[in-house]
Amino acid sequence: MTTNRRGWLGAAGASLAGLWLTACDKLANDPKVNGVLQKAEGWTMRAQRALTDRKALAREFSPADISPDFRANGTTRPDSYEYETLLAGNFADYRLAIGGLVERPLELSMAELRALPSRTQITRHDCVEGWSSIGKWKGARLGPLLDRAGLKPNARYIVFHCADSLELTLDGTGQYYESIDLIDAYHPQTILAYEMNDATLPVRHGAPIRLRVERQLGYKHAKYVMRIEAVERLDAVDANGQTVLGRGKGGYWPDRGYEWYAGI
Amino acid sequence: MADKTKVMIRRHTLVTRITHWLNVLAVSLLLMTGLQIFNAHPALYWGHASTFADPWLSMSKQEIGGEARGITRVGDATFDTTGVLGWSGKPGAREARGFPAWATVPSWRDLASGRRWHFFFAWLFVINGLVYWLWGLLGGHIRRDVLPTRAELSPRHILHEIGAHARLKFPKGEAARSYNVIQKATYLAMIVAVLPVMVLSGLSMSPGFNATVPGLIDLFGGRQGARSVHFISAGLIVAFVLVHVGLVVLSGFWNNMRSMITGRYAIEVEGGKA
Repeated sequence: MTTNRRGWLGAAGASLAGLWLTACDKLANDPKVNGVLQKAEGWTMRAQRALTDRKALAREFSPADISPDFRANGTTRPDSYEYETLLAGNFADYRLAIGGLVERPLELSMAELRALPSRTQITRHDCVEGWSSIGKWKGARLGPLLDRAGLKPNARYIVFHCADSLELTLDGTGQYYESIDLIDAYHPQTILAYEMNDATLPVRHGAPIRLRVERQLGYKHAKYVMRIEAVERLDAVDANGQTVLGRGKGGYWPDRGYEWYAGI
Repeated sequence: MADKTKVMIRRHTLVTRITHWLNVLAVSLLLMTGLQIFNAHPALYWGHASTFADPWLSMSKQEIGGEARGITRVGDATFDTTGVLGWSGKPGAREARGFPAWATVPSWRDLASGRRWHFFFAWLFVINGLVYWLWGLLGGHIRRDVLPTRAELSPRHILHEIGAHARLKFPKGEAARSYNVIQKATYLAMIVAVLPVMVLSGLSMSPGFNATVPGLIDLFGGRQGARSVHFISAGLIVAFVLVHVGLVVLSGFWNNMRSMITGRYAIEVEGGKA
């Protein structure tokens, strides 16, 4: 092959690569393209749900596996007067509210939560960023708690409202929240953890209560849970057409482009 | 010279051609969105959990003598990779990131988009791979065209082929009708080892799939091990593609391209029409 021709091929290759990069960036900003790409989330969720037993457990580890350097992401101390007040009182005045589509709304103190049926598990926490840490968690099982409140037949999702804001917004959509469906809510390893590594749950890991939903990524494990709400839809709108829950995608990070189903 | 005739043969079937180009699309995007995902935590570990103080590979921005540098660490060795790994971008607008903007999709830091693209094209990659596998096994393509014959596996033949490759002497005439033994071995390694390992190590990073097939992750020694293997296999794919494209260019670019697009490939045979 002549040098000339090789140079031509090289130039063509370089301009193709440039075109490719520009095209990818353009497509990444196109809502229609994103709509198509987002379908993969549904395929993944349906495939995993079809292949996995509802009660199939996430792996549990031995005490020797516990990470000495368990990382804390997102909020590490909620910046609000209410939270600081609760913390100053060692959460003696904390009440976990359970409401929404339930027959018997509940308000539980820490002492009452600690008296509920509990589970202890040493599990791996997988951050969406790619790292993992192993920790020991003890908490109230969510399933029996929901049974005590009595879910109404139209309840389909459980929403966790948190004390922290990750972003300052005028409309309150910067407030952290997360949601799971009833399959995950009733999974035996789904707990409201109040202990980590045999000690009271530290502030940076979500005191007084953090959700553990072991078959999904870290951002689903809402920290600083203040209120639990059973709902029928995540994208419900009020009379003004405003979404009731955040921006309607079922969680702080899902509202910002991350998958609601974070099993992968 | 006079009795050499150019003959067009049918080299690649329609299924090979379609799955090949879909694979080009899927693998390119998986690689570039994969680097986007890697950039969210540009460090690798072995085992189940991250040992943050001691990754076996990491890329970071470090201040050295009052100047920002991109430092890549592999084991105990450190490399200054300023401009490419760890600290890159146009001078004056540099940012701390594992791989540079030109290697990721999207070019800017966007883990959510990277994941959305990655999982979509992962589905395409897996379905496309299954079609190729099923058709290749049932239709005989793998046995007929990809599995080396007994004669090809003799050490003398293999050494001869390696020598010919090293001197960039490519098969001509009748010998060019089929893949040579080095091609066969490489393609086979890709389709039975590297690409399946890519899928399995990828699935092993899914906490949902870990509950579905609990033992799979042990193949990689844990989730962080799976992330490392996923990264290394991606590197093997890049190495394969570089050599593959290089050889495509050197061994007759247009003839090769035509054969993978239309299926028709020109060979020169002695004497009259084949």
